[in-house]
Formats: sequence, C-alpha cells, structure tokens
Amino acid sequence: MSGTTAVESAPGYRAGRTLPLRVEAARQLRRRRTLVMGAVLAVLPFVLIAAFAIGGDRQGRDGRVTLMDTATASGANFAATALFVSAGFLLVVPVALFCGDAVASEASWSSLRYLLAAPVPRARLLWAKLAVALAFSAAAMVLLPLVALAAGTAAYGWGPLRIPTGGSLDAGTATGRLALCVAFVFVGQLVTAALAFWLSTVTDAPLGAVGGAMGLTIVGNVLDAVTALGDWRDLLPAHWQYAWADALQPRPEYGGMVKGTAVSVAYAVVFFALAFRHFRGKDVVS
Amino acid sequence: MKLRLPRPRGRRLFAAVAAVVVLGGAGTWTVASATGGDPPVRREDRSIVMPEGPGGGKDTVRIDTSFFTSGPAGERRPAVLLAHGFGGSKDDLRPEAEELARSGYAVLTWSARGFGHSTGRIGLNDPDREVADVSRLIDWLARRPEVRLDAAGDPRVGIAGGSYGGAIALLAAGYDKRVDAIAPQITYWNLADSLFPGDVFKKLWAGIFFTTGATSAPAGSAPAPSRTTGGPSGCGRFERSLCEMYERVAVAGKPDAEARKLLERRSPSAVADRIKVPALIVQGQNDSLFPLDQSDAAAAAVRRNRAPVAVDWIAGGHDTGLAAEQDRIERRTRAWFDRYLKDDESTGTGPAFRVSRTGGIDTTDGRARLRAATGTRYPGLRSDTRTVPLAGGTRSFANPAGAAPPAVSAVPGVGGGLSQLSGLGLGVSLDFPGQYARFDSAPLSEGVHVTGTPTAKVKVASDTGEAVLFAKVYDVGPGGQQQLPGQLVAPLRVEDAKDGRTVELRLPAIDHTFEAGHRMRLVLSATDLGYASPTHPARYTVSLAGGGLSVPTALDVRTGSAGLPWWTWGLPVGGVLVAAALLLTGRRRTTAPAPDPELADVPLRISGLSKRYAKSADRYAVRDLSFQVERGQVVGLLGPNGAGKTTTLRMLMGLIRPDAGEIRVFGHAIRPGSPVLSRVGAFVEGAGFLPHLSGRANLDLYWRATGRPAEDAHLEEALEIAGLGSALDRAVRTYSQGMRQRLAIAQAMLGLPDLLILDEPANGLDPPQIREMREVMIRYAAAGRTVIVSSHLLAEVEQSCTHLVVMDRGRLVGAGPVADIVGSGDTLLVGVAGPPSEVTVDKVAALPGVASAVRADEGLLVRLDGATVPELLVELVRLEVPVTSVGPHRRLEDAFLTLIGGSA
Repeated sequence: MSGTTAVESAPGYRAGRTLPLRVEAARQLRRRRTLVMGAVLAVLPFVLIAAFAIGGDRQGRDGRVTLMDTATASGANFAATALFVSAGFLLVVPVALFCGDAVASEASWSSLRYLLAAPVPRARLLWAKLAVALAFSAAAMVLLPLVALAAGTAAYGWGPLRIPTGGSLDAGTATGRLALCVAFVFVGQLVTAALAFWLSTVTDAPLGAVGGAMGLTIVGNVLDAVTALGDWRDLLPAHWQYAWADALQPRPEYGGMVKGTAVSVAYAVVFFALAFRHFRGKDVVS
Repeated sequence: MKLRLPRPRGRRLFAAVAAVVVLGGAGTWTVASATGGDPPVRREDRSIVMPEGPGGGKDTVRIDTSFFTSGPAGERRPAVLLAHGFGGSKDDLRPEAEELARSGYAVLTWSARGFGHSTGRIGLNDPDREVADVSRLIDWLARRPEVRLDAAGDPRVGIAGGSYGGAIALLAAGYDKRVDAIAPQITYWNLADSLFPGDVFKKLWAGIFFTTGATSAPAGSAPAPSRTTGGPSGCGRFERSLCEMYERVAVAGKPDAEARKLLERRSPSAVADRIKVPALIVQGQNDSLFPLDQSDAAAAAVRRNRAPVAVDWIAGGHDTGLAAEQDRIERRTRAWFDRYLKDDESTGTGPAFRVSRTGGIDTTDGRARLRAATGTRYPGLRSDTRTVPLAGGTRSFANPAGAAPPAVSAVPGVGGGLSQLSGLGLGVSLDFPGQYARFDSAPLSEGVHVTGTPTAKVKVASDTGEAVLFAKVYDVGPGGQQQLPGQLVAPLRVEDAKDGRTVELRLPAIDHTFEAGHRMRLVLSATDLGYASPTHPARYTVSLAGGGLSVPTALDVRTGSAGLPWWTWGLPVGGVLVAAALLLTGRRRTTAPAPDPELADVPLRISGLSKRYAKSADRYAVRDLSFQVERGQVVGLLGPNGAGKTTTLRMLMGLIRPDAGEIRVFGHAIRPGSPVLSRVGAFVEGAGFLPHLSGRANLDLYWRATGRPAEDAHLEEALEIAGLGSALDRAVRTYSQGMRQRLAIAQAMLGLPDLLILDEPANGLDPPQIREMREVMIRYAAAGRTVIVSSHLLAEVEQSCTHLVVMDRGRLVGAGPVADIVGSGDTLLVGVAGPPSEVTVDKVAALPGVASAVRADEGLLVRLDGATVPELLVELVRLEVPVTSVGPHRRLEDAFLTLIGGSA
C-alpha cells in the first residue's frame, strides 16, 4: 500500500524501523530480574571457590571420576566444573526467565498494547523480543564460565585442562573447547527458550510462562531417567544436555552434540513458529 | 569353567570377561529375542550320525544340529551354515540363525565335536574330523527340498562364524568346493603363529583355551567321553595328541617343531591356495589372541586366489568383546550373503577395507563412539610407510630370574574391562624398571595415523645367547602419560645372540593416531604376563640398527563422517516443515482492503462493527456499530460500563480483530499493526509503563520504539501536560494512579497524533486536573486534530465534547452533536409526589412539544421537543401531576432512558 491517495502514516514512521534492538535491550537491561540473574551467575564461581577451599579434596562417589575431582587443577578445569554444576538447572533459569517473560511481562504491565498501537508490527515485536531475550540468555551463559575462568585462573593458575578420565588439553585448546561447550549449552537450551517464548505469548502471567518452561524441562529430565524408554529418549532434549562434555576429552566426540543440536533446534523451530502463529492472530486484551 | 555369563541388562555383551570367549567368539553370538511381529521361524533339531574318523572305522559321533527356515516351505533358497565359537554350542547361534532365516536363508547350526550335545573329541578343526563333518552337513543340505542347488548334490551355501567357527568357515571353503561364500570373524589363519608368535609361547591364552576345552562337559548328559577313555587327567574332551602337545609346550615354556606342525595342519593356512570364494574377513583390533596379522594373511591368500575379499577391522576382539559392533557385523554378513549367495547385485557389500576408529566417549550413554574409516582396497599392513627417527644408543637391561615380575600389556581374563579403555588412552600397561629398553622419537610435528604394522631394525645381544623380547610402541603424550595402542605386544625369540644379531621387529598391527606433540616410544621388554619367557636370568643389550621406526600410514584409508542416525538431519528438517506449515496456515484475511481516498480526511469511520469474545459465544461485546468522526471534532464515546466502548477502542487500535464490519482511519482499514495507527495516539484502559524505568525514560523509550525521528516527539509539550515535575525521574512503580494516568496521556500525545483517543482520562484525576485536561483537549482539537474521549459520565464529557456517540450493551444508541443527544436543558427531571401512574406518563408524553416522557425513580423524565419549561409546567399542572420540583437532568443513565424511550 502506498500513501499516494491518503497519507497512510505519520511522517518518519517506517514499520521496519520500529522497536530497534537497542531500544528493546535498553528496556530490559535495567530490570531487577536481569541484574539479579547476572549477579547470581557472576557470584557463583566465587561461592564454588570458597566451597572448594573449605571442603578440601574429596574422592568422588563409587570411585567415579567426574569433573568435580579435577576442579581445582586449573582455571580451565574450574570453568568446566562451573559449567558442569550449572548446566543442568542453573543455566536453564535465565533462559526460561528471559524468554518466558519477554512478551508476558509487557502484557502484565499493559505496555504491550501501546507498543502494538504505536504501531510495532506484531511479527517485528516478536522478533525484537526474541532476539533480545536470546542475546540476554547467551550473555548469561557466557558470563558464568567467563567469570569462572577468570576467577579460577586467579585461584588455581592458568594451565592445561586436566581431564578426569586421564590426559589433558593445553590451555589454548581447552579455552576453545570450553567456548564450544558453552555454544552447545546455549543451542541445547533453545528448546527451553522456544517453549518459554511460546508460553509467553499465550499467557499474560510472566511467572506462568517461566514456570511452565521450567516445569516441562524438569519433566524432560524425569522422562530421560526412565531407561525403559530406550532409544525414545534420544528424542528428548534433556537426553543431550551434558553432551558438551564430549568435547572435553583428548579426542572430542561431536556426535552427541550434533544429535542434541538437531533435537533442540527441531523442537525450538516448532515452538517459535507456534509463538508467531499464536501471537499474530491473538486478541490483545490485557 | 562356565562359558556363558548372564548378560547385563539385555545388552549382547560379547564376553565381558575375555576368558569366557576363549577361541569362542561365537559362543556369545546372540541377538535380541525376536519380537512378536516377526514372521515365525521353523526349527528342526536332529542329531546326525557321522563317522568318527577317516578310513571307515566303526566309531561314530553324533552331531547335534538345528535347521531353521521361514516363509513358504516349498521354495528353494540359499543355505547358510553358522558355526559357533570355542566353548560354545549351536544354541548360541539361534537368534542370528532365526534372523537369517527370516531374510530368506535356510540356516543350519551345529555343535562341533566335543561341544554342546555333540559327542566326539575336540580336534581343533581337524580336516579329517570337524572339517569333514561340515562336508557331510553340506551333503545333508543338498538333500533338503528348501535348499537351492547349483548342481545335484551341490547346494548354494555360505558359512559364517566367529573365532573357532570362523576358522572352520575358512577350512571348509578350502576343503569343500561346494562352499560359495564365507564370512569368518576374529579367527586365526595359522594357529601355530597365533599361539606361538615369534616362537614364543602365548601361555595365558593357550592355558585358558586348553583348560576350557578340558573341563567343558555337555549339560545334562554323560561326562565327556575322553574322561572315560583315559589319557592325561587335564585333557577333558580334547583329542589326546593335542592335549599332549599342549602339556609338553606348557611345561617346556617354548614351542617345538612338532607342536607347530600339529597346529599348522589344522590351520586354514594349510589350504591357502584353495580358498577361492568371496570372503568377508572381520578381525578385532583388541585381540591379543588372533591379532590383525592373521586376517591380513587370510585376505592376502584369498586375493591371490582372485576371489572377492573385504576386510573389516572392528573395535574389540577376544580381549574386549564385540558388543559395540555385533549388530553391524551381522548386518554386513547378511549383505555379503545377499550379494554372493542370492546373487543380488544391487546389494552393497561395503568397502573393501573398513576400520572402526574409536572417537571419544559419548557422555550421554557412557560408551565410546566409533566411526568408520574406509578404503577402496585393502592396504595390507605395510602401505605408505614413513620413518620416524628414534633416539637412544645402546641399552642394557635384565631378564629377571623366573621371568617375574612380568610386564603387563593385554591380560586375558581380567583385561576385558580394562583393555576396553585402551582405545581411549586409558589402558593399563606396565613395565618394570631395569627390565626394558626404550627408544623415543622427538615430539611429532604433525599427527601420524598408523594403520598396520610398524617395523624397526634392532641389534640384540644376550649373555645367555638367547633372548626373548616383547616389542611394543607406546603413544606418549606431552605430559609423559603413555598409552599402548590395542594393548598389544609382539614377542620375538632371538637365538645365537651371544655376539649380537640384527633382527627386524614386526610390531603389532594397530590403527592409531599419534597426535602432534606426542612421541612414539619403542619399548623392548624382557617379560610379558601373557607369554612364557626364559626363567634363567640374563642380560640383554639392544641398540637401534638404523632407520628408526618405519610406520605404515595407509593414506587411502579415510575417516568418513560419524554414523549419525537419519533423524539427526530429518528432525530439524521436519521441524522446519512443521513450523512453515504452522505459519502458512490459519491466517485470517491477510490483505487489507485498499485505502479509500474519499475518506482520507475522515479521521474515523466505523461501519457494521461486531465483536464477540471467544468466551461468550452468545453475547456480543459490540454489535453492528456504525458511526463517523470528522476532523476537528471532540467526540465523547459514552456508555455505561460494559457498553462496548473499550472493545471498540481496542479494535480501533488493532489489538483485537472484529468479527464483522470495518474500521477506517483516514481512509485506511485497520488491521493489527496498520501503519496508519502511527497517526493515532491512544490512552486506553489505563497506563502501561515499565515499572522499573523513570517516567522520562518510559516516554523516551516509547518514542524510540516507534522508530520516528526524535524531533517529532514534542516531548517537552507532552511532559508539560503530564505535569509530573521532579517525579519524572523516579521509577514509575513509585507513581500514584493519577501520576501514571497523566504520564499515559502525555505518552498518547507524543508526536501530536492526528487522532487522539483517550479512554476514561479523568479516572484518578482531581477536579483541577480534570478541568485542565478538558482545556487541553479543546485546544488540541482546535488545531484541526481530532479527539475521541470515552467515558461513562456525561458530566465529564459534555463540557468539552462537540459530538457524542452513545453506546449501550454493544449497540449504538445515539450519535450526533452534544446538544442533539443531551439537549441544552431539554431533558428535565420532574419531581413528582408519589409514583406517577401509567396514564399520567402517557398523557405527558402526548403533550405537544414533548418528545418523550419516561418514569424514573424520583419522578418523570421528560424530553422537550419545542416546548419550554414554563409551558410544560403549565401543562403538568393542568394534568394535575403533583409536581414537587423541576430541574435539568444530567445523568447519563437517564439520558439513555430518554433516548431509548424516544426511540420506542
């Protein structure tokens, strides 16, 4: 449609320029939940260091060797351990929070209708929200190992990553591998992000969306523990949540990560599509 | 010795403990039991009586067999003989046999002499006994109506088996021309070379092997016949000559020529030039019993005879079991037979050479991942060699008396779990200081992948004249940790070495990557746990005889992509397709109607608008609403709570979709997010701000969210209207209701929109602010813009609005200039003493100059239409209505009543 016969829009208005990512990021950045989340993730490595200092060295249970046993070997080991203890649950929280809260919080503040009437086209609003939520989630995931690497290096020194099952990776390689691990953890959480984001468009209660996504993640974990499901568990995103540890061995193994990525991306795409489908036709009454 | 352990959790664990599998890989060839949906398989068990030996003696043996078929009985099909491993019986093969039967083969399994329910003695695949038995089984197959024949008495038949059963496959192919294809697995080519490599007695394996055969007794039947026929007490079911040979060698600690001859006669190597059938040769990389050089010799022989041959080096072997690869090997064997027995040319038989390489551990299931490396031809053990220089001069070390303590490499029996880790660099290996010599390379500048047998020339001297050395190549990591690929060593006996002899070491064949930065370390040890070495103390002196370590690299063998299941790619593609389907379907009215140029100057036209919320299917929130707003008007949208005002405004903002009708703003039909909404400023249903941000930041970010130039915002004017003063820089969450209200109105006015919509703007404002708001609205419209104010209070709007639209229960009740609706005092409330009667009301309504009269709670509502108040009073008095008071009426509810009454 062009405005040749009737002025369609206010001067300077272009649908494609509405809600720039910068603006959306500024709107979200100073929220208390963002700051609290960042603080928790930044402080956790120090709590771990304190815990190791107090607890001293202990043998793992049943002689099983885990990343825990080598945590204090080097900064890289410590970062890997921090990732190991937080990947299962702690890192799910920021993803569910940032994505689940993205649209629902605007709805609960009633600011959603003003954005839509500005007008920010609905698809564009979702894209901006999604991009910023994912960027925040990624930042949260990068923050923890980064702080852990820095703090761990200060506490235990810069050195090769000692692998609990034997062997080691030199510090440079280990850093690269850790980056890959973080990337996989992020991709693996896309399914949580997508689920939370979809719920966020469905409900006006932010906690509902966040809790729903967390709940389904937990259900996934529970199902994965049911060994009777056999190969069906391969289709659970939770099944692959620790596949990144495959990169922390002398010969990295990418099969699990590829499969985990495939599962996560497949579900995520569907949930994202559901979010867009639902939101474009939704009656915004909040 | 118990041969078959219970298998943990249904995994087909091939010999968790290697001792169990002694020469008997097939002893645990099992597949998961058939599921209910599979076609039924017929099984016929029978004992076939055969002569005990050649030469027509009277002695006979009974061979216990099972014959499996599936599908139509009359159809002729190729046959497959499945042979079991040492210590096993035909029962181990049943699942695999059933699977093959379902794939269209007639399958015959049998327990070899001395095993299972078969009688006779173990002859270690004696050509006159066990091999002859196979020929008789082929005779039997030729008489079966289910079996396809190549000629009379010559069935189409293949043989597969592991270990002991693999050797019989090779042997039968050599001795019986009727065999058409074979698939031997983890077996020997020359049993003498396997048990006496480098002329050194492999005592641990041999011991396990012979004691297994000696103590196994058929379940539920009489004791082994050999027990009753005397002989050395430890011989069990072994043929006597074999048992004696073993005892002789074991006591001596070194093999003799006669022992070699005895075993070589029973080995496939004896018929090397006669094996001319397509052969799929599978050998294990973790197999210290039958290492890769055995399959190499077999493959070379079959290839010399110009028959197709494929070589498959699997992860595992007698040391670690076959669990990881069993399914794949069974599939490949089936494909091999499909190609060469069924003559199905379309069946791929796989690459000529395939080797399973161990990747890292998959933490998800805790298993090591395997990936295939393949070559279009079998490279042998010495292809593409390169030399890695080794450092180290002359080294001297001791052979301890009693050959103890021994160095440790592969340990049959206990090595299962441990050596499984060798592929991951975690195997246990041990050399005792002072008992070995080592020669290191410099750290490798690039990774070297070794596929085959490394060799080195060394000069060996021994003060006793005889030296037994165990050669191995370690992979030494940068941290000094060493790993023994495959946990394999190559033993070597050097005689007449008093003055030193130069010998070529052929190290164990491996497939292993020495990473960049790692070293290769050649170690020559005086002892090894698995082998018999001289018990006399001796001093060995070894030095490199030039050249360093010559390693084969098999450059044509390339690692393929890891075998990922189809869904790895299928799932994301499926996800994208589902997503696309979700997005492309279920759209409603995708294109908005063209703008109407005639309405370009009409701020708002609503026609036929209806909306029902999903949850109240029967009740309309808005029904058939039509009205028009002109430029410069201040329009009051009036109606009681629930009249549909807010729903109408939501539709106007594109927040909800109407079920029917159309809204046009400046000629453009409204859709969610219509660009024309940028000309509309709205305050609907209360404020909506980010509570954590200040009022100023909220307005600033809101304006930036519209993407319009900052200078168009007129932020200061808006802020002036809000009148928040210093509170503007506080977080919105600290604001009172009225402050938020004012800020929201200011937000609606940002950019001075052509159409301003204010929904209940007076809520929460105090009277001076209400008055101020009124003036703002009037001023705003005076500049040619348009304002729509909704309210449920007439008093609130009547002083500022030029026009009114009145709604009730979703319908338009009236629209027009304020005066038309409310009248300038022409709606009067006439106070009446006591309730007026129907007659009175009708009479009043019928008076000239009166539009309507309705009964109200406090009296009578009268709408004048021409008559003046004094005229009305006169008439009321004339009608004897007990008038107590007369006054203008301003309540909207009553205005409705008069409106409704007027239309009635």
